[in-house]
Amino acid sequence: MASTILEMRDITKTFPGVKALSNVNLRVEEGEIHAIVGENGAGKSTLMKVLSGVYPSGTYDGKIIYRGQDCHFKGIHDSEHQGIVIIHQELALVPMLSIAENIFLGNEHARYGVIDWNANEARTRALLKKVGLNEDPKTLITNIGVGKQQLVEIAKALSKEVRLLILDEPTASLSEKDSQGLLDLLLEFKRQGITSILISHKLNEVSRVADHVTIIRDGRTIETLARQDVTEDRIITSMVGRSLDDRYPPREPKIGEIVFEVRNWSVYHPLHADRQVIKGIDLNVRKGEVVGIAGLMGAGRTEFAMSLFGRSYGRGITGEVVFRGRPIDVSTVGKAIEHGIAYVTEDRKTYGLNLIDHIKHNITLANLRGVSTHGVIDDLRELATANDYRGKTNIRASSVYQMTGNLSGGNQQKVVLSKWLFANPQVLILDEPTRGIDVGAKYEIYTIIARLAAEGRAVIVISSEMPELLGITDRIYVMNEGRIVGEMAAADASQEKIMRAIVRGEGKAA
Amino acid sequence: MSTESTPAPQSGVAESVPQVQRVAVSALVTNLREYGLVLALIAIMIFFQFTTNGTLFKPVNLSNLVQQNSFIIVMALGMLLVIVSGHIDLSVGSVAGFIGALAAMMMVIWPLGFLSNPLVVSLVCLVIGAAIGAAQGYWVAYHRIPSFIVTLAGMLIFRGMCQALLGGGSSVGPLPDGFKALSSGFVPDLIGSWTIVPPVVNAAGKTIVGSGLTLHMTTVVVGIIGVLAYIYFGLKARRTREAHGYQAEPFTLFTVKTLVISALILFLVYQFATYRGLPIVLVVMGLLIALFVFVTKRMTIGRRIYAMGGNAKAAQLSGINIERLTLFVFINMGVLSALGGLIIAARLGQAVPAAGLGSELDVIAAVFIGGASAMGGVGQVIGAVVGGFIMGVMNNGMSIMGVNVDWQQVVKGLVLLGAVVFDVYNKNKG
Repeated sequence: MASTILEMRDITKTFPGVKALSNVNLRVEEGEIHAIVGENGAGKSTLMKVLSGVYPSGTYDGKIIYRGQDCHFKGIHDSEHQGIVIIHQELALVPMLSIAENIFLGNEHARYGVIDWNANEARTRALLKKVGLNEDPKTLITNIGVGKQQLVEIAKALSKEVRLLILDEPTASLSEKDSQGLLDLLLEFKRQGITSILISHKLNEVSRVADHVTIIRDGRTIETLARQDVTEDRIITSMVGRSLDDRYPPREPKIGEIVFEVRNWSVYHPLHADRQVIKGIDLNVRKGEVVGIAGLMGAGRTEFAMSLFGRSYGRGITGEVVFRGRPIDVSTVGKAIEHGIAYVTEDRKTYGLNLIDHIKHNITLANLRGVSTHGVIDDLRELATANDYRGKTNIRASSVYQMTGNLSGGNQQKVVLSKWLFANPQVLILDEPTRGIDVGAKYEIYTIIARLAAEGRAVIVISSEMPELLGITDRIYVMNEGRIVGEMAAADASQEKIMRAIVRGEGKAA
Repeated sequence: MSTESTPAPQSGVAESVPQVQRVAVSALVTNLREYGLVLALIAIMIFFQFTTNGTLFKPVNLSNLVQQNSFIIVMALGMLLVIVSGHIDLSVGSVAGFIGALAAMMMVIWPLGFLSNPLVVSLVCLVIGAAIGAAQGYWVAYHRIPSFIVTLAGMLIFRGMCQALLGGGSSVGPLPDGFKALSSGFVPDLIGSWTIVPPVVNAAGKTIVGSGLTLHMTTVVVGIIGVLAYIYFGLKARRTREAHGYQAEPFTLFTVKTLVISALILFLVYQFATYRGLPIVLVVMGLLIALFVFVTKRMTIGRRIYAMGGNAKAAQLSGINIERLTLFVFINMGVLSALGGLIIAARLGQAVPAAGLGSELDVIAAVFIGGASAMGGVGQVIGAVVGGFIMGVMNNGMSIMGVNVDWQQVVKGLVLLGAVVFDVYNKNKG
């Protein structure tokens, strides 16, 4: 029987006004892979920050026993010293430095401040081999993809003699193949005796590699399951506190005439003027219809949507946008909004929200006219509006005066959605509306999409999750390499059909 | 649709009680910064009142204080918007100097006929200020050249043009009295004065300055009307909020705040009334402050500037024309720099090559002391104004105390650093 490497007992952490964790218990065995799952905002990341000393000892209640000792970490250095290394969701690499420089940043092989580059590179090579990354240590971080960057982070952790590796949603931004590679690497580490804690939303990953799964909900431990007891349904039930028989809300589509049409839309790359990114796309959406755009990463879906929305991407844009039979001018974001188009961005933190302002101001930003007369904002009307949408989209926050930067991903997404709902669009383009948010919040967002369609609006959903598209749309376009390579009714579609369309499209392009 | 689709932690009644408390606490927390700043200003004023043996609050000194610092505060209003939108303007001191020189040349040297009328000259100068702002803002807004670089260039260009215009090192003056009134004039007493204690007349038959008590009644009336309006609108705003079922700030907090501010205004008005009344420049400044508070708090353009400073990309994708908005912010800064330049020239009675030299640093310091963030998106008009007054009172108080100018700089630097450190500390704690 393996010994316990880490035990967290009755951890309680309070923020002003919110109890983030209450009496959380976690026991991790030496040499296992322990998964922590829970909805966004359930407290997983807070728990890991307590463990790694980001929240220093004394700011929380409870006990941390690591390798048999009572630990009081004052900062991240203390925990790293003990071999606990955390890899955050947002990577902490310096883009314009090389792989070797990043791995040994702050920890260089140096004598009297003079760096021994040969030693650094030799060690980097050894570490990169361990994580299976075949790159020159001198390569700049900015020149390698996210998947490889993730591996560099892990190599960096290995350079610190790690005993307990914590990965916070490591596969959130990785492709399927890179994710598999990463999970294999975790299993390899397990053979070498390194313990890992894996925080993830992806239940299939968890059931593949984890020896134990601890489920956290609303700041409390719900249960810890052993490998043999883990089923996807069991986890979902514990996570949301109810069974999710239907992952998608039922709806009865009432589809009308064509309201929105794009004809022969072409876009060139903003920097490489001769590279055509979007190649003559034709697409239409009917009243009350939810249309999906499927495709792999890099298919050009986001570029297409952003170029439509006020030419926010690319140059040399040609083509026609038709709304209710008449061509419209969408050359600026303002004009696009005036014509009733809204685009909910894929990256809510960078493009969607003002994170240093509160919910109320974010919700009204795209339609300030709706709460003002002659340029003067009516504070009460704005407050009423914000509260109204907070209720409609079920944003969980202490009040509309909470900073959006402090909300969980799902609630941030609801704020962005509210902003665009208040702009009262007739055509909504939603780009990866459920990326990085938990099962419960996903269902709420599907419900909102269904309601919008029922109100007679035209909805376009871009998503990389095929089951999601199959579950909520009426018709699916398949995009690959800047072209539409397939179109099918959702009722006839399947993941295989979509993939086949992509593969066949690739054949055509070549 | 399934009724279970929304997990419901929002059981209304159970949550509403802590929510009321939370509103009260958050009102206090969000305003703590502003109150703290006002309290700091009051503390600094009381400190200097003692160390200068009561000179600071003497009516004549208060008038001086306003006249010496008004240009900093006027420019700080523009700088606040620049900094909130995520930029900086280093050229304001040079632009002010250049505009002062231009105004002097137009009024005194160049034969412009009726166009050399102070009012016409002032208007022309404000328009030229707008053009200067537009010229700098254009590069920042439409070519994405960092504002630090563009305005550093502007700082050199306009200081050079100021000196060239004045023909090397010479000064140009004297400026007409009508123009000087902008800085040194007082609002005329339309109602007449009220002598409570007649001034002492000495043996030679002349009155002794500062003896007796005569009140400038227009000032008194304006002051009282102002305070009543302040209380009335404060109460009205509370009532509308409550009528719509929203929580206003706690009544005690509101009462204390209103009383303190009213008492402060009445005290200052009384001091001005015993001297020559309200300085014209104070009225100009007061109206501008009110305008900018309104623009930043209540108008859509103000909101858009904050959104742009907070996240420019998100603002752009929400339909905000960030290029045009940036241009506007710089045009506004140009106009206020020009006004600052006119105020400086009017106070000195002449244009000098060094007018406004280094004042950009005081202006920027005022905005940062007032709690603005160098990253953009955060900052309040009232904060910048109070920050400006803190700088002004320290200048004035230390000068009266006879502190060496060199050491005055050191103290001001320490205060700036201290204010920002306090801010950052507060933010990390919260």
